Amino acid sequence: MRDLIYLTVILPLLGFLINGIFGSKIKNEKLIGIIGSSVVGISFLIALGAFFETLALPVEQRQKIVSLFSWMAVGNLNVSFAFQVDQLSLVMALVVTGVGFIIHVYSIGYMHGDRGYWRFFSYMNLFIFAMMNLILADNFVLLFLGWEGVGLCSYLLIGFWYDRKFEKSTVADASKKAFIVNRIGDFGFLLGMFLIYMTFGSLNFNEVFSRALSFNVPTYVFGFIAIFLFIGATGKSAQIPLFVWLPDAMAGPTPVSALIHAATMVTAGVYMVARTSIIYASAPQIMMVIAIVGALTAFFAATVGIVQNDIKKVLAYSTVSQLGYMFLAMGVGAFSAGIFHVMTHAFFKALLFLAAGSVIHSMQEEQDIQKFGGLKKYMPRTHITFLIAALAISGIPPLSGFFSKDEILWFSFANGGLFFWIMGAGTAMITAFYMFRLYILTFDGKERFGKDKHPHESPSIITIPLIVLAVLSVIGGFIGIPEVFSGEHGNQFHNWLAPIFKDADRKLAYFSMHSHTTEILLMVLSVVFAVSAIWFARYIYLKNPTIATDTAKRFKGLYNLLWNKYFVDEAYDAVIVNPIVRTSSSFLWKIADNKIIDGVVNGSAKLIDIISANIRKLQNGVAQFYALVMVLGIVAAFFWIILSL
Amino acid sequence: MTITIEYYLILSAFMFLVGVVGVLINRNAIVVFMSIELMLNSANLTLVTFSSFLGNSIGQLFVFFVMTVAAAEAAVGLAIIIAIFRNKLTVNIDEINILKW
Repeated sequence: MRDLIYLTVILPLLGFLINGIFGSKIKNEKLIGIIGSSVVGISFLIALGAFFETLALPVEQRQKIVSLFSWMAVGNLNVSFAFQVDQLSLVMALVVTGVGFIIHVYSIGYMHGDRGYWRFFSYMNLFIFAMMNLILADNFVLLFLGWEGVGLCSYLLIGFWYDRKFEKSTVADASKKAFIVNRIGDFGFLLGMFLIYMTFGSLNFNEVFSRALSFNVPTYVFGFIAIFLFIGATGKSAQIPLFVWLPDAMAGPTPVSALIHAATMVTAGVYMVARTSIIYASAPQIMMVIAIVGALTAFFAATVGIVQNDIKKVLAYSTVSQLGYMFLAMGVGAFSAGIFHVMTHAFFKALLFLAAGSVIHSMQEEQDIQKFGGLKKYMPRTHITFLIAALAISGIPPLSGFFSKDEILWFSFANGGLFFWIMGAGTAMITAFYMFRLYILTFDGKERFGKDKHPHESPSIITIPLIVLAVLSVIGGFIGIPEVFSGEHGNQFHNWLAPIFKDADRKLAYFSMHSHTTEILLMVLSVVFAVSAIWFARYIYLKNPTIATDTAKRFKGLYNLLWNKYFVDEAYDAVIVNPIVRTSSSFLWKIADNKIIDGVVNGSAKLIDIISANIRKLQNGVAQFYALVMVLGIVAAFFWIILSL
Repeated sequence: MTITIEYYLILSAFMFLVGVVGVLINRNAIVVFMSIELMLNSANLTLVTFSSFLGNSIGQLFVFFVMTVAAAEAAVGLAIIIAIFRNKLTVNIDEINILKW
């Protein structure tokens, strides 16, 4: 099955081509949905087969390169279209195709009746194609192909309902924002790639990583490569300072938010950092930068989540916050913990989004949680799955989020220090609080929706994917039970990924000098934080709703700050966007383009016009004049020949 | 006295010059036409001269081609002149100058 891994890339492409070319002709929605889902489903089965095959092999044989063809060979640069099947790419491939398949099935029900039904599925398949390229690539160029491809699909799918209004502007503006912000990151990524090629003379992963160990390269070069690649990651994975596009990406259909903007694409940056772990391990200062950026992103995004009222917006900020967690893990050298969180987060965050989609669906496109309430009576399955996901993200044992989150918290304490642990634990507490604020306002308490709404449970094509994801959210953590509990076998997930990160780990050389008692103590502490935050949320929003409004009134400044998301968008508008727009319109458009460029073009045309207006007078129509000129020419030619003899 | 090649060539050059000047200064299209014939014949004379002095018959052979072309050209040219005359009632070249800017 490992040799067939290229099918996991080609099948979604095939699905994209079929639905993209013939989709408008196929009148049967079911057929389109089945084509779109089955290609991803088969890809998942192939990835699963490859996983079990790899699992049966001894550790040193687990990496395999499946080469398709030589893509470009120019001078010393030799890039092949080759896929790398190893422990890390298999984990990501399983998550992407598995969660992707579930979301595709969900979309069959969710997108029912949409006039762009076929377009939706073709874009989704294209996304899976690009994402699989990104994950399975064995070189930076192919990774970049996937990197750009997922950006394109993200743009296309955010702008799927391009003619609708979104907040103050339109859906199309939101998709453009996502694309442009991502371009800034991609520019950094490209610079990083150039520098890698300059330094190591190759773009192939294995060659670059082995040369990173053996070549004598100064630390600052590693630092530059690492920071450039990290700029790329901040764009794709929505970290400070490039996170602003992700909340706006919620303009897209909810399955898109679940697949692209929660479970898979936004984790591409985390994956990339994990893949290039050896480069980051060689630049410890940049690791510190990543840890700080991750911790700050986690914390600030979580605080914004407390006050938002749009159900998807809360989840979007929660995603930014969780991505911050993952980067915190990367920054403190806990690569496998970060990837573990990528996986569990894919389960519970996809579930949260899909459940939110189910709610939005049954409330006729209403997204304001102030107009929900008491929905658990009407939507029992959506309610219970949402509750499971909320418990998982809050880190309640033994759900999956508990294991991955606590592993990150533990490593941030052991490798990073108390500051990172406080940021992480604080974020965990806030996360539990806003998740249960969301849960209570949506499913519990008094019904606040109008008489015109008739909430009802969604059909099983929507609820079954929710149940599958809920099961995964519950059991997903057990593959990574920390050493404290599992004893001598250690953390299975960590052992599985260890060969990928062994060079980086050796270079970083973190020695765990902390006892298991400390680890358990911190674990208990963070669970206590989470439970108390949940209790606090229940106390405020269920028992005494006035507290929330009173607090908002008393701390009006702080509330406004959070409500307006720290005015980051406004600041970017004022500092970057508006100056560019103004310079463009007043100078680039009206002077550079209209005056200079148009002046040169029109001026040269005018010059030729004037010259030819005079020259054409020679064409007076008198045949004898032409004959005279010809004779003079011949005479001149003769003279010239005679003189030159 | 012997008649050397120069005599023939000077005569031919003179005929050619007369033809050129005739083409350039005459207003009547038919006279212009005749001047062109004069130029062609001067070329023929040169060909015959060289053929005779070099002892090569290809030059004389070529003259027949030139005469054939000249006859055909005269037929077509005269037909054009008649057609123009029917349209414009003149064969003055400087009045036939509509092909211009």
